[in-house]
Amino acid sequence: MSTAATINKGLFRGLNLRQKTILLISFMSLLLIAIVTSSVFIDGGSLSTDFGSKNLAPSLDHPFGTDWMGRDMFIRTLGGLGLSILIGAIASTISTLLSVILGLLSSVGKIEDSFVSWLVDLFLSIPHLLLIILISIGLGGGATGVIIGVAFTHWTSLTRVVRAEIKQLKTQDYIQISRNFGKSKWWIAVKHFMPHLFPQFILGTILMFPHAILHEASVTFLGFGLSPHEPAIGIILSESMRYLSAGYWWLAFFPGLSLLIVVLSFDMIGENLDKLMNPKKAQE
Amino acid sequence: MKQKKFGIFIGKKIIRLIILLIVVCIASFWLVEQSPIDPVRAYIGEMSIQPEQRAILEEYWGVNTPSHEKFFNWAGNVLKGDLGISLIYRMPVTYVIKERFTASLILMASSWLLSGIVGFILGIIAGMKSGSLIDKAIKTYCYVLIATPTFWLALILLLVFSVYLGWFPVGLSVPIGLTSEEVTLFDRVQHLILPTLTLSVLGVAQIAMFTREKLIEILSSDYVLFAKARGEKGFDLVLRHGVRNVALPAITLQFLGFSELFGGAVLVEQVFSYPGIGQATVAAGLRSDVPLLLGIVLVSALFVFLGNLIADIIYEFIDPRIKQQETTT
Amino acid sequence: MLNNAEMNIEKRKEGEALLKIKDISLSFSQYVSGLRQTELKVISSLSMEAYSGEILAVVGSSGSGKSLLAHAILGILPSNAKLLGKMEYKGQELTQEKKEELRGKEIALIPQSVNYLDPLMRISDQVIGSVDERNAELMKQTQRDIFRKYDLKPDVDRMFPHELSGGMARRVLVSTALINSSKLIIADEPTPGLDEKNLNETLSYFRDMANKGCAVILITHDIEAALKISDKIAIFYAGTILEEANIEDFKNDGENLRHPYTRALWNALPQNKFQAIKGHQPMQDEIIDGCFFYERCSRRNELCSKGTPQLKMIKEGLVRCNNVS
Repeated sequence: MSTAATINKGLFRGLNLRQKTILLISFMSLLLIAIVTSSVFIDGGSLSTDFGSKNLAPSLDHPFGTDWMGRDMFIRTLGGLGLSILIGAIASTISTLLSVILGLLSSVGKIEDSFVSWLVDLFLSIPHLLLIILISIGLGGGATGVIIGVAFTHWTSLTRVVRAEIKQLKTQDYIQISRNFGKSKWWIAVKHFMPHLFPQFILGTILMFPHAILHEASVTFLGFGLSPHEPAIGIILSESMRYLSAGYWWLAFFPGLSLLIVVLSFDMIGENLDKLMNPKKAQE
Repeated sequence: MKQKKFGIFIGKKIIRLIILLIVVCIASFWLVEQSPIDPVRAYIGEMSIQPEQRAILEEYWGVNTPSHEKFFNWAGNVLKGDLGISLIYRMPVTYVIKERFTASLILMASSWLLSGIVGFILGIIAGMKSGSLIDKAIKTYCYVLIATPTFWLALILLLVFSVYLGWFPVGLSVPIGLTSEEVTLFDRVQHLILPTLTLSVLGVAQIAMFTREKLIEILSSDYVLFAKARGEKGFDLVLRHGVRNVALPAITLQFLGFSELFGGAVLVEQVFSYPGIGQATVAAGLRSDVPLLLGIVLVSALFVFLGNLIADIIYEFIDPRIKQQETTT
Repeated sequence: MLNNAEMNIEKRKEGEALLKIKDISLSFSQYVSGLRQTELKVISSLSMEAYSGEILAVVGSSGSGKSLLAHAILGILPSNAKLLGKMEYKGQELTQEKKEELRGKEIALIPQSVNYLDPLMRISDQVIGSVDERNAELMKQTQRDIFRKYDLKPDVDRMFPHELSGGMARRVLVSTALINSSKLIIADEPTPGLDEKNLNETLSYFRDMANKGCAVILITHDIEAALKISDKIAIFYAGTILEEANIEDFKNDGENLRHPYTRALWNALPQNKFQAIKGHQPMQDEIIDGCFFYERCSRRNELCSKGTPQLKMIKEGLVRCNNVS
């Protein structure tokens, strides 16, 4: 899975895999941080409507063009990405917390364990998107609805990972010894499992991120997520549908492409961190 | 012996399914009950009505009945096979779902097949030539696809092929103004191509990456090493040992992907205005058609369950290696 | 200047040796945690020869890289392996291309276990291997004949590998080497966990092959099994061969054996003195300058810690030790 290997040429020729991987992670992180910070500092002024310059194709003044109210699409996109990353971050964090709790719960005993795996099966039994829509409707829509919806549908795979890790840890000698000393199950879970699992959680959160962002955008696009007044990418793209037949392609093209790049960056950071932590995957 | 084992297996699965459906019923009913949905408003839309009429409708939709009573009414009807009346289509939910699901099934099945075949072939090529330029190209393609928002890709394809090139219509599964008898096969196919393409282009990534990884794993296995030691090489070796061993897991994975397929269909149908179950889901959700929404949830759960069941059957009964583990352990 | 012993080696090599391996070394580059690269040496300055009509047993402890020696001869090492040194087959240099041409035809491998068979392919297809459509009928006949000889019933043909019993699997694996009438047969650990009767039976297959004129290399950790049927025994230790002795040298107190390690191995057998030797083999990532056996040797001197000892020809056998003459 060497994504780093795809940039094997030119500029990166002299570096070894480790250096390339770290460089790639740093670069991607920088890009994402830049997007988030600039979206925070966007002032309302540049987003003001200007009917004098509506529906302009991309130019130097407006690299992503303008919409039917003359708003600069680049600024709108940047704002939307910032919002997406923020929502993705909150949802992934909640989701990770859920996985931690459920993963540890499954380590407590047989009944708890089968309950957790039943819960995993249950949440996988309905298509993710439909479940997010349902939860979002149940919570009355809006940001809370999407965040909770996304958070409650993405914990399953990390929980499985945590469960498997704990199962493997349990066979280790020091856990047996701890148990023989009469330590409680929760004590072992918190003192022994947590430190070992912590890197897994960080990695799991990062790997969850891209899915969370994509699902948020999809649900918002369908009209169940953020309200139309928010500058979300899903909203921008759903608006753009009305102008497709008019040929205003930039309304859809650039915002979607930017979302793709953000998601891809998160994917690559996650994959490469994984590779640093689990060197076997780099052996190819 | 084998039949008996299969019987027990199916029996267990059916029990699981029943429990699953009960829980899904309760949970989804509870969820929509939480939401501030007004069924009367959903039914009448923007019309204004007299208070008396409103009272009759409220009575009919059970606005003032307690939740649990409503649930038992609904659940009782579900047991009898009656999912209620759709508020927006004003037809029985079962009828709407049947109609819509058939349309979606054509879309999902064709893209499922297409993505499976193309993905498998790409995965085999990439895995065989792992590390080469073509492998990197396929890998990059897959990485990008996995990160691509489904609905955005649909929009772009719509822009290119329908708006600019004009090859395909911009929406609707059948031309407006024709009854279903008048619609030709050509019309149907023409409206199916872009949605199918979108759905399968995205489905390719997962199966291709999986096939690639699995093939690489197989190519470094002891039995491939031995095959090489016996003079087998190149494409022949991959055909003889690689494809043989990757095929079952890949097919299994493809069946496990029903859930993603359904989600993808919802987005794609929305963009292409394809009148399938996905579009109905969005409409039901947005316009608070609770009976239809609950019906769709149940049907989608069944759909996903079916995919998992087939995957399990392949795993337990078709793959000869599994039988061995049972006899040795 | 070649000394006397080395000249003797040159002389012996002439003529009949089917396979000659001269000073090969094998190492792997690996990624460890944090993606740092390291080098792992598994075989170093290893030399040996295999003759037609003879069984050469390569004896060494489990997991010491003996299988990799077989893989190196067949040219089926993984891509991160680096192989140096020279091999000759029938007097011609055995290059990677030559290996690819010969393997499965003139050179055959008998693998360790049923894991080396494709789990989803029926046994007869597997034993026959990849053949032309035209020869299929003939090959099927040959396969059936071999199976009959090994007492494998017709229903075995249609079985999958996991359906074979241990003894059946052993015979099927041996069959794979017979079907192409190979000249050089490398059997990798063919006798693990066999009972006395099965062991003798399996060993007799190899004797049979040698008697028909094949050169057999028997890679094993079981020195007793090797002593039963081999003509020569090569002692594999820490990635090299310390001694290549004739079977007649293994007698009495082992006074005819050349290397202290071989002698120690011989004396460790239950029917002899049953004395275990202290210490353990060096790890693969340890860098050793000098004799690989230095740490455990009772006769070591200063010279032994400096440089690998020369390969010498002593009493019709080869040895890497400074203290014999």
